[in-house]
Amino acid sequence: MSKYLLNKFLFTVDRDADLVERYREDPRGTVTAWEAEHANRILGCHSCESSTWLRFDDVEREALATHDYPKLFELGAHPFLTLTLFIAMFERDYEPLGFQLEYARRLAHMRLPYPDIAT
Amino acid sequence: MAELVAVIASTHHPFYYRASTAVGADRPPFADEWVRKVEAFRETLTKARPDVLVMVGSDHFHQLWLDNMPQFLIGKAPYYDANFYNEEREFGLPRMLLTGQEELSSHLLREGLDAGFDLAFSNELRIDHSITCPIITLRPQADLPIVPVYTNIFAPPLPRPKRFVQLGRTIRELVESWPCDQRVAVIGTGHLSLELGGPRQFGPTGPDPEFDRKAVDWIASGDIEGCLAEVTLDSLHLPGNATHGFMDFMLMMGVAGEGAKADYVDTYDLFHTMEAYFTWYPNANGDRP
Repeated sequence: MSKYLLNKFLFTVDRDADLVERYREDPRGTVTAWEAEHANRILGCHSCESSTWLRFDDVEREALATHDYPKLFELGAHPFLTLTLFIAMFERDYEPLGFQLEYARRLAHMRLPYPDIAT
Repeated sequence: MAELVAVIASTHHPFYYRASTAVGADRPPFADEWVRKVEAFRETLTKARPDVLVMVGSDHFHQLWLDNMPQFLIGKAPYYDANFYNEEREFGLPRMLLTGQEELSSHLLREGLDAGFDLAFSNELRIDHSITCPIITLRPQADLPIVPVYTNIFAPPLPRPKRFVQLGRTIRELVESWPCDQRVAVIGTGHLSLELGGPRQFGPTGPDPEFDRKAVDWIASGDIEGCLAEVTLDSLHLPGNATHGFMDFMLMMGVAGEGAKADYVDTYDLFHTMEAYFTWYPNANGDRP
């Protein structure tokens, strides 16, 4: 299990306007392509000096591929990263604040202590 | 020596810029009162006539990332570009360019290292809304050189609350020992109770008004010991999952000093979070600017 890699997906997609749109429209395809092309890229290093060992487990891959943000919360993905990216993708489909309140409602079953987000 | 002319602690609300500039049907009902409060707060900095601003904030996974995460970092650069694509996208924040005060950066780094803080540094730092929000609220002309100080309140493992207070005390000592005839203000922003990406987010008030009330009392009265007695890394999860940003307020209490009562206190209850504004004049001796 790699909270780090979940966060890396959310972080690198969120900062790229084209990837945000791709992930909104084709989540499974975007996750597959990202895992193949970007998961092992070290952000401060040249591409020929990438890592070799990073991959999602099946639960993580499926949560990302289905836009399942409550599951990402349960898996310990960083809530700020998840929220920011999902607002970017779906706020436009709701009334002002509507998506944020729907997001809270879908997490309403969560109780303290929340899942650990330490990486 | 430099003079510490103001210590300012504030929440940083990324929606202020959009709310305060909106007109007509887009202007939210709480905007006018919010602008009035911010402009009154701004006057507390203007009156201190600073030459330099030390700006304490926290990168929100913009430039700093989990492959190389500093706990405390000081910028040392001639310029700082500011605000990121996702802050333009979500909050409507403008791109900005701020000037750096490199001599003070060097002084804080050298003397801070020697005082026992293994500070990271950055010679090319793009700063985010934790620093641009207080520029927009307190110094919108953005005409003063800055020294950015970033803290990690975001990516565990985090330093403990006491370490933030200690760094605040040290920043004050170092500012006051800077051999330069400049008037320095230290401005830091954080949060009271806050939930982001969790079930308690975006409620009609902040997620824990009782915590907010206590926090405002601790800050306004300079009750560092009382605050440290109750606030731990674990306890900060209870008022809301983003409440570790309160540790930047604790850092600013360290700058202001134990028992230092704030000279200016204001709050504003908004949906989602409470705004809180504090100013100290450390060397005024009863004669406030």
